[in-house]
Amino acid sequence: MKKGILINIAKALLLARWRQTLVAAIGVTFSITMFITLLGFMNGLNDLLDGLILNRTPHIKLYNDIKPNANQPIKMANDYKGKHHFIQSIKSDANKQAIYNSQAIMNSLQKDARVIGFTQKLTAQVFFINGTTDITGVLNGVNASEESKLFHFDDYIVSGNASDLDRETNTIILGKSLAEKLLVNIGDVIQLSTANGDRFQLKVVGYFQSGLKEIDIIQSFASIHTVQKIMNKPNNFVTEIDIKLKDINLSIPTAKEYAQLYQTDAEDIQTANSQFETGSAVRSIISYAVGITLLVVAGFGIYNILNMMIFEKMDSIAILKATGFSGKDVKNIFMYIALSIGFFGGLAGLLFGFILSSIIDQIPFVTAALPTVKTYPINYSIIFYIIGISFSLITTYFAGWFPARKASKIDPVVIIRGK
Amino acid sequence: MSQKILEAKNITKYFEDPVKVQVLNDINFSINKGEFVSLTGKSGCGKSTLLYVLSTMDTDYEGSLYIDQDVMPKNDEGYLAKIRNEKIGFVFQFHYLLNEFDVLNNVMLPGLKLNKYSKEKVEHRAYEKLKLLGIEHLALKKANQLSGGEKQRVAIARALINDPHIIMGDEPTGNLDKKNSDLVFDIFKKLAHEYNQTLLIVTHDPGFAERTDRIIKMEDGKIIV
Repeated sequence: MKKGILINIAKALLLARWRQTLVAAIGVTFSITMFITLLGFMNGLNDLLDGLILNRTPHIKLYNDIKPNANQPIKMANDYKGKHHFIQSIKSDANKQAIYNSQAIMNSLQKDARVIGFTQKLTAQVFFINGTTDITGVLNGVNASEESKLFHFDDYIVSGNASDLDRETNTIILGKSLAEKLLVNIGDVIQLSTANGDRFQLKVVGYFQSGLKEIDIIQSFASIHTVQKIMNKPNNFVTEIDIKLKDINLSIPTAKEYAQLYQTDAEDIQTANSQFETGSAVRSIISYAVGITLLVVAGFGIYNILNMMIFEKMDSIAILKATGFSGKDVKNIFMYIALSIGFFGGLAGLLFGFILSSIIDQIPFVTAALPTVKTYPINYSIIFYIIGISFSLITTYFAGWFPARKASKIDPVVIIRGK
Repeated sequence: MSQKILEAKNITKYFEDPVKVQVLNDINFSINKGEFVSLTGKSGCGKSTLLYVLSTMDTDYEGSLYIDQDVMPKNDEGYLAKIRNEKIGFVFQFHYLLNEFDVLNNVMLPGLKLNKYSKEKVEHRAYEKLKLLGIEHLALKKANQLSGGEKQRVAIARALINDPHIIMGDEPTGNLDKKNSDLVFDIFKKLAHEYNQTLLIVTHDPGFAERTDRIIKMEDGKIIV
């Protein structure tokens, strides 16, 4: 009841100066609108760029690096035990590209609760024969359906179908730029030769476009069995196992554990792509900074308008105090005014922010580099809306606090006698 | 029978700015229930200053003030606001209505603040007070659509809404023409004699003062009669 009357007075004062109130509210609305739009857009972009790399990158990659054997023969010689070994012209051991005992590793991964899934991969260096010239390329043997499920492989197939690799033998998907270079169309047969000089004929069933040209110009994909056949290797020969974890943040310790357990090299996504997280964080900070700056400016607007209102309403404040409203009541009245400007302005800001984001979401954004993206990306996370309305309430609270305190300190005697 | 509504004991007050000047000098007097008192004196004698001390709005004084036989604290702003709301009604020289509200709501405001009756009851009481002053037909008009005399009567109605112990007026007729002055005076008289309402009115109009039941005359910060 008592609160009700203070709110009524606040409402009457607000409506009496509705134009100023509207200007103040529009200030808040504008800043919240921009805040929501900016954050939605920036984070949409972040998600897009992260997705570009992170979605396709395994959380842990098991492989055997080409590097010198850590156990050189001299180590086994008892005479030189504990001594420092100088070895010159040491060579990498290239025969161990294949992951040893891959079947057992896969069986064990299947039972691991932390793992969503994994795919096996086989990479071979090949030459595409184009008339008299050979073009170097990389042929990846993949399990297309698993690869699509875990790493969005099919998102990047711009023509044709990823599952055709599994369905037909001796088929290949070429990188778009590579296909352009080779002047082949879907359905054509191309010839390639392995490093050992064996020649094979494969039918082109699709194009692949990652958005990164240096990848698109060398990569090609075939089923893992096709590649094993081309390389003349048994069907347990894989050079890479890509693992997707349930929790990406566990990739560093899990990678270490697997490296120990399976005696392979293990690369985790966080070490491999740390620069992306840094970029995302910086972009977020920038959008928050801009949003908060806008709100502070709106806060000064509210501060000004309330100050003016108090100056104009001195008489009313004096009479309220004379008839028994305490300083606290007067302060509350002006706080209600400030907070309702913040609340309704903020609410409108959320709405307009959502509308503006939706409009941006409709603007075409076609680029060859991002085949899956047709319009500008927007992130509609509810978090931004919660932060937006909280910020608008907090800023208007502080903007209202000082004028309200001033109003509560007004001495009615001075006003009444001053007439 | 004679119940003391208001009592001033040794009230002394100084203005500090720009030099220390004594405006009230050892004021002692009391007002009983139902008295219609006028406080007069020449301009600058301190009568308005005294009224604001008595009204509890000005707490910068020495001595003690009793309202309804309770001593008024000097530093409890919230408590004093409550006293003003409940026990004192004000009528000023300038009307001081809230232009944002209509007449009825202006009258109701202190009643709603008191929060003793329901909103419907307060509204009913406000209508009664307006009727008593003969202005119930103005109830739904905005405060700034009224004439000076009408505004002053609305202010009186507002002062009455909580059945205060005492009504204080600071030159309530000072801004009105003869006809409206008489009207306001008759209302005060009616309140005092028919409803046993205590009134303390500051005025420099000798005609007004003469017709009240008791005159307190001030000169140079002292009560002389």
